[in-house]
Amino acid sequence: MKNIDSKTHTRGKSIYLDDIPLLQGTLFGAAFGSPIAHGIIRSLNISVAEQMPGVIKVFTAKDVTGENQIGGIIPDEPLLAEHEVDFCGMPVAFVVAQSDDAARAAVKTITIDIEPLPVITDPREAKARGELIVPPRTFSLGNVDTAWQACEYIFEGIAETNGQEHLYIETQGAYVIPQENGALKVYSSTQGPTAVQRASCRVTGLPMHLVEVEVTRLGGGFGGKEDQANTWAALCALAAHRLRKPVKYSLHRMEDMAMTGKRHPYSSDYKIGFDKDLKMVAYEATFYQNAGAAADLSPAIMERTLLHCTNSYFIPNVKATAYSCRTHLPPNTAFRGFGGPQSMFVIESAIAKAADTLGIDSAVIQKKNLIKTGDEFPFGQKAVSEAAECWKKAEQLYEVNSIREGIKDFNSKNQIYKKGLALMPVCFGISFTNTAMNQARSLVHVYFDGSVSVSTGAVEMGQGVNTKILQVAAIVFSIHPDRVKVQTTSTSRIANTSPSAASATADLNGKATYLACTRILERLKKVAAEELGVDENLIELKDEYVFVNNVQSDLDWKKLVNTAHLKRVGISEHANYATPEIYFDKAKEKGHAFSYHVYGTAVTVVTVDCLRGIYEIDAVKVVHDFGTSMNPAIDIGQIEGGIVQGIGWMTMEEIIYDKEGKLRSNALSTYKVPDIYSAPKEISIDFLQSDKDNLAIFRSKAVGEPPFMYGIGTYFALRNAIKAFNPLAHIPFNAPMTPEKTLLALYSNPQPLSKEIKRKDEEAVTSVAIN
Amino acid sequence: MGTKIGCREGDCGACTVLVGDLENGELQYRSFTSCLTPLGNIHGKHVVTVEGINMDDLNPIQQCMADASATQCGFCTPGFVMSLAGFCLSDQDANQQNAVAAIDGNICRCTGYKSIERAAGKITELMQQKGNQEAVEFVTANNILPGYFASIKERLQKLSLALNGELNQPASTAQFAGGGTDLYVQKPEELKEANVRFLYNKDVLKGIRKTGNKCFVGPSATVTDLQGSEVMRQYFPNFNKQVKLISSTPIRNMATIAGNFINASPIGDFTIFFLALNATLVLSDGNKTRELPLHKLYKGYKTLDKRPEEFIEQIWFELPGKNTFFNFEKVSKRTHLDIASVNTAIQLTVVDGTITEAHLSAGGVGPIPKLLEQTSEFLRGRAVTEEVINDAIDIAQSEISPISDARGTSGYKRLLLGQLIKAHFIALFPHLQVKKLLLSHSS
Repeated sequence: MKNIDSKTHTRGKSIYLDDIPLLQGTLFGAAFGSPIAHGIIRSLNISVAEQMPGVIKVFTAKDVTGENQIGGIIPDEPLLAEHEVDFCGMPVAFVVAQSDDAARAAVKTITIDIEPLPVITDPREAKARGELIVPPRTFSLGNVDTAWQACEYIFEGIAETNGQEHLYIETQGAYVIPQENGALKVYSSTQGPTAVQRASCRVTGLPMHLVEVEVTRLGGGFGGKEDQANTWAALCALAAHRLRKPVKYSLHRMEDMAMTGKRHPYSSDYKIGFDKDLKMVAYEATFYQNAGAAADLSPAIMERTLLHCTNSYFIPNVKATAYSCRTHLPPNTAFRGFGGPQSMFVIESAIAKAADTLGIDSAVIQKKNLIKTGDEFPFGQKAVSEAAECWKKAEQLYEVNSIREGIKDFNSKNQIYKKGLALMPVCFGISFTNTAMNQARSLVHVYFDGSVSVSTGAVEMGQGVNTKILQVAAIVFSIHPDRVKVQTTSTSRIANTSPSAASATADLNGKATYLACTRILERLKKVAAEELGVDENLIELKDEYVFVNNVQSDLDWKKLVNTAHLKRVGISEHANYATPEIYFDKAKEKGHAFSYHVYGTAVTVVTVDCLRGIYEIDAVKVVHDFGTSMNPAIDIGQIEGGIVQGIGWMTMEEIIYDKEGKLRSNALSTYKVPDIYSAPKEISIDFLQSDKDNLAIFRSKAVGEPPFMYGIGTYFALRNAIKAFNPLAHIPFNAPMTPEKTLLALYSNPQPLSKEIKRKDEEAVTSVAIN
Repeated sequence: MGTKIGCREGDCGACTVLVGDLENGELQYRSFTSCLTPLGNIHGKHVVTVEGINMDDLNPIQQCMADASATQCGFCTPGFVMSLAGFCLSDQDANQQNAVAAIDGNICRCTGYKSIERAAGKITELMQQKGNQEAVEFVTANNILPGYFASIKERLQKLSLALNGELNQPASTAQFAGGGTDLYVQKPEELKEANVRFLYNKDVLKGIRKTGNKCFVGPSATVTDLQGSEVMRQYFPNFNKQVKLISSTPIRNMATIAGNFINASPIGDFTIFFLALNATLVLSDGNKTRELPLHKLYKGYKTLDKRPEEFIEQIWFELPGKNTFFNFEKVSKRTHLDIASVNTAIQLTVVDGTITEAHLSAGGVGPIPKLLEQTSEFLRGRAVTEEVINDAIDIAQSEISPISDARGTSGYKRLLLGQLIKAHFIALFPHLQVKKLLLSHSS
């Protein structure tokens, strides 16, 4: 089934925040952000702005009627800066005017005097100064300290990944309309309607039942609107609450890029040890997460980093420590993969380092160490693994050996162009790591004309969740999909929602919908049994008809629901779903964190132009563990999109902050995401079909985040191509591999390799500095 | 409502519309990014938003997009649909390459583009039956686009094109605007209030023609006009390949050559291109004209040898003879639809193995788009050898002063310029030993 929004999307008829008709008298907001990254506010001058034509009011911290606080996990983030600014672009004042132009013109007249304080942009520096968002956490399995003794080879080094701008094409924004009796209606481009509701209530002082948040759809989210939609909605809510007028704020791209957080950059240390057969024996990693100026979701992201530190591999002795480091950048936030990609890059770097030094292909090490069913993750959960199945199928289906031979041949014949290959296995856990968030509700109404309305907490942002939820209702009732409408997401219809995140939205809200529909179905069967005078157990609904003992009756869906209504049988239901089995003990750092894992393997081939230092992605070929896909068209779309977004992170997407904490890559002209020519020339996707029991909706495994990490393969394929040109190239593990880094690596001074092999009988294990 | 705001600087294509205009009496539709299009530039034209191509049900372009699952969040989709409609309305060959080129200015963050490519393939199939038929006739006859398109040509012919009061504007107080593709990125607010004199639509400033061995380029000719020119195609056989590296289809449809020169970006692609052609400008203040070699226009960062009331009336250069070779190279973080880290062009005349004339230009390596005069001078009178090339690179390094910015560090830009100079020679002279050139770098 195609995405149910295809028709309105292609006709330009879909409704996004900016398409909501404005009420007469609507006012427009614009935020004034701090021009410097860290300092004490000496004075703020808004007097000129207040006198500008069309300006209604300039809000500052003192105008907050509730609490000047929007921090979700930790209350460490004021809505409007009060005494101190902590990052460039931190909102300090909010101008509300009769037009968007007037508000923006007034913002330009605001001046601020700030006594500058030292600016930290580097997470290791922040850690050294004790600037941590939360205490560090360590996951361990076995005993690394003794395990090093058993290692034949040990390698260590540093691996770094840069951030990533979400670049949802629809920028952040909100529109708040006062209702009677002091209530507010909030339209927000958010993945977390409840988070927006909570933040709006907190700053206005209103109770939650007076603030309704409604979302039709987003023009992309990718995690960027999980928590960071709150600021704009809370600002508009505050203004609407005070002024009793509708207030809208739709960010310009440069404001959005400068004021919002991104994927966390990480700098990490790794140490990996192997036995003589290249089985992984021990792994130690220390992650320095660049959290930015406030907690936002960083502690949860840090947790997922630890939960994915061994990717698809089983390592008996692991010690992984993570620090969430406070710097003076905009608070970094959720982004597809949520800390998982960062730690996967580190272990893949460790493997590449070992392979480089030993003069073998990384794939030899990767394949040998894939996690098997029954193996333990460092956090205690036992794997139910498809890792080897995906790997082997990819090797066979895509004839990896002949690809390898072809590349060897190509490279021997070409001087300017070199090709590189890399395999990237992925193992990604599905569930919110905060156990309490693994719940969802669904409200299903069957109307007596036979049409069906479904409301859930899921937010549609392109991932096709509404289509899947519609399918659930249509399948359970066995009716035509046209009879079902998935409604907007509203906190008045569905309360206390988890954000649409963690790839779990279709599972959680789909299961809740399944429960609600099933309960209605049971009641309908009872009605049908009464009507037809047969035993209830013989009743089934198929293709819009009641079947008795597999024989179609005259009673169709419409008649059945109408009969039920006349008999005063409830044909509405509100169901609650809570994922079973999962728990986590933070004291022990052990538990069953995930309802299941998604596995896959990607084969990536690239070509590097060694004269110019530029490259093309020839192919990404994937075997992906779908479980049993309930919508292959949508799932393939998620995989293709995830791969290209992952490739962007690993290649051209480069966030640049200067030492003063100012964003230099602050527009689409300076921050580049993949265009149509950057996409791989070929993407192949093969379904690893499995019907093993799992907690996915209809056994259709979650698909949002896992494919993103296939993109990591591109980095290592590029590395291999560079090495084909210059075997002694010095290539620090520092993503993204931009054309600049590629060219510099191609022509880098060769580094002596021999010293880096460390036998256990050698005296000291010296750290090999990168850079 | 279907036209979306994404970036406000012509870089995402979410706001793409089509603009229909009569060119030599023929109706031509081109895609524009509406965010950078001032009303003054669409005077007398047919502007089509997605609403203008909607039919009772999905039109076949939209149907192909839906069938291929080429839309996810949908925010970029109207822009893609419009660009593809532009492809269907164009007189280009109906092939996959051209269909994909039509959407080279559209960014999608969800799909990874493969499904959109598949949709473009299906649309190409639809268009393959066009044959020699006129595009508008074909798409209306086959219900690909609404029937009203068939009447637009006639309706445009009836429009009066005179702008009220335009000719009376005192030139000295006016801000000139060409395509506006950078102007409206840099100062959109200011221009709302400014007294703008639009040069974009002036027929007298358009056109590309050959007279003797000279090529005259109208300053308001767009990049797309240049691509369509027989002269350019004949004398620069790689022109389209090189232009593919420069911006995107809608921006090329809007951007003028003179605008690129006057914008004075140190990295302007066409400035670099025409510097190597040793182009000459004819500047006019409306009364007097004067000639100025392009490379003399630049006095410092965004400082021009041009009075405010002067505008470019003509551009000319000598067409290359049979011993003259031209090449253009550009590397950017993203190969397409990006501003260069370094760009460079070269024109060499080689007689009996000796370089008799040389013009080498480079962008992104200093405050102005630069003609590397010393390097060019060095090359004159020398043979094309690996040693000469390396020496030339050394001299080029002494002429440049790149800074570190979002497009690369200064060290990278220096290395890259050297590589691109090698690339010029490798592209033009097959006798050179590639390996020797590749390994001759000393770092």
